Amino acid sequence: MIRIGNAQGFWGDWLEAPVRMVEQGPLDYLTLDYLAEVTMSILQKQRKEDPTLGYARDFPPLMARLAAQIAGRVKVIANAGGVNPLACAREVKRLAPGLKVAVVLGDDLMDRLDELGPEFSNQIAAIRPQILSANAYIGAFPVAEALATGADVVIGGRIADAALALAAMVHEFGWAEDDWDRLASGIVGGHIIECGTQATGGNCSAAWETLPDPANIGYPILEAEPDGTFRVTKHAATGGVICDACIKEQLVYEIHDPRQYFTPDVIADFTTIALKDAHVSGVKGQPRPQKLKVSISYHAGWRSIGTITFPGPQARRRCEIAEATVRERIAQLRLSFDAMHAEYLGDDQLMQLRFGVRGKDRKAVDRFTREMIPLVLSGPPGGTGYGEGRPAVREIVAYAPAYLDRDRVQTRVEVVA
Amino acid sequence: MKITLDRIAHTRSGDKGDLSNIGVIARNPRHYPVLLREVTAERVKNYFSDLVHGPVTRYELPNLAALNFVLEEALDGGGTVSLRLDAQGKIFGSQLLGLEIEVTEDELG
Repeated sequence: MIRIGNAQGFWGDWLEAPVRMVEQGPLDYLTLDYLAEVTMSILQKQRKEDPTLGYARDFPPLMARLAAQIAGRVKVIANAGGVNPLACAREVKRLAPGLKVAVVLGDDLMDRLDELGPEFSNQIAAIRPQILSANAYIGAFPVAEALATGADVVIGGRIADAALALAAMVHEFGWAEDDWDRLASGIVGGHIIECGTQATGGNCSAAWETLPDPANIGYPILEAEPDGTFRVTKHAATGGVICDACIKEQLVYEIHDPRQYFTPDVIADFTTIALKDAHVSGVKGQPRPQKLKVSISYHAGWRSIGTITFPGPQARRRCEIAEATVRERIAQLRLSFDAMHAEYLGDDQLMQLRFGVRGKDRKAVDRFTREMIPLVLSGPPGGTGYGEGRPAVREIVAYAPAYLDRDRVQTRVEVVA
Repeated sequence: MKITLDRIAHTRSGDKGDLSNIGVIARNPRHYPVLLREVTAERVKNYFSDLVHGPVTRYELPNLAALNFVLEEALDGGGTVSLRLDAQGKIFGSQLLGLEIEVTEDELG
């Protein structure tokens, strides 16, 4: 049996979690999932400005902080590399020279977008000039290959979230690339822990009112067996809860057809999962897909969202007048947007108007940002909550998946000297 | 009798692009047949008709006594494009718990 704990569900998750995961109990593998659909594009922009960046910057200092405790005891697997895994690995090595660091390369397709065949080109044709990042989802086997070098820390780019945990199982148990049922079971385990505390009572509609000690909520751990079965647990002294209701909520989180949960390594059938007292068995899998999913982000214009809050009586009526005023002024200025959207938050005693616009013309969006704050003096009485000043203009980075024949993606492993 | 869905089920929702999905899980597997009968794709679509502009598809997970609803064109363009407060479909799950369903006393047990 091996223990695989995930202590980061996205870049921005709790900073103390990985430290506690390592310090508070037995552990063999620490996985850290830093990437969401839009994270890659943010990192791509950072690399454009500075070629030594483009990875999750929290990660190297974390490794320095944990180096003494993990060396020879806990292996770390993280997709912290973003669009620059090699730079991330070098920074880890610089801050923690005692650790052996391996990196998985090959997911980044940005430099050969136009060399990937007509089928792929057709999928991206409409957005080609706006593309900011393009990364193929990488499965567990290249990561297992990196673990086989004896590395303490394995860093990759767009390693599929659930494959981080599966890689540890593949490495330890020597599962074959066509051992579909075991691979599917490992993916189910990886899916359960990939969002961290969503498996241990966080964001859980079955257990939130009575959740024990939420401030010290434990992050999830798989106790994985060579036959593919596993138990979900957490360290003893932590808050949160291990219960089947919470695990079920995570199992159905962000899935589509449960009979076909697509990953680079296997297609898992979630309708075959047998879950009892946090033990999982019975999972069946089908052969891996012939195409890999590619995560593509692209520039899609600009947006801005402003807010102003009105008191009652008749707070809603005040919001309505304010909204109508803003819309009329936008029309007078002939500002043209792809979309405008208003929401009212609160009740008739206190209500916030939240008004947003988006469009291709940055100047128009910027002009809109001047139209909310004047309502404080010219609108219905009591307008407040404008302390942040005029709203910011933000670039819209949209996400589009594409699919690519898997033999077009060649991964390779490098140990960083 | 009429009850709200939260009496017998719990939920979680999230996003993938402009899709949102809502998992609906029976608190007690005994109530799964009630979910199957009462919580149809059509009812979910109608419940969110202001927000969801595409089709709603229902998938069944009898092994977990759970249903999965996939809602298309549900997020005003998806995570980073959307102008909505809830651009990631996080609140769909909790909101669906207010759905009124019809059960007999026997079924509630």
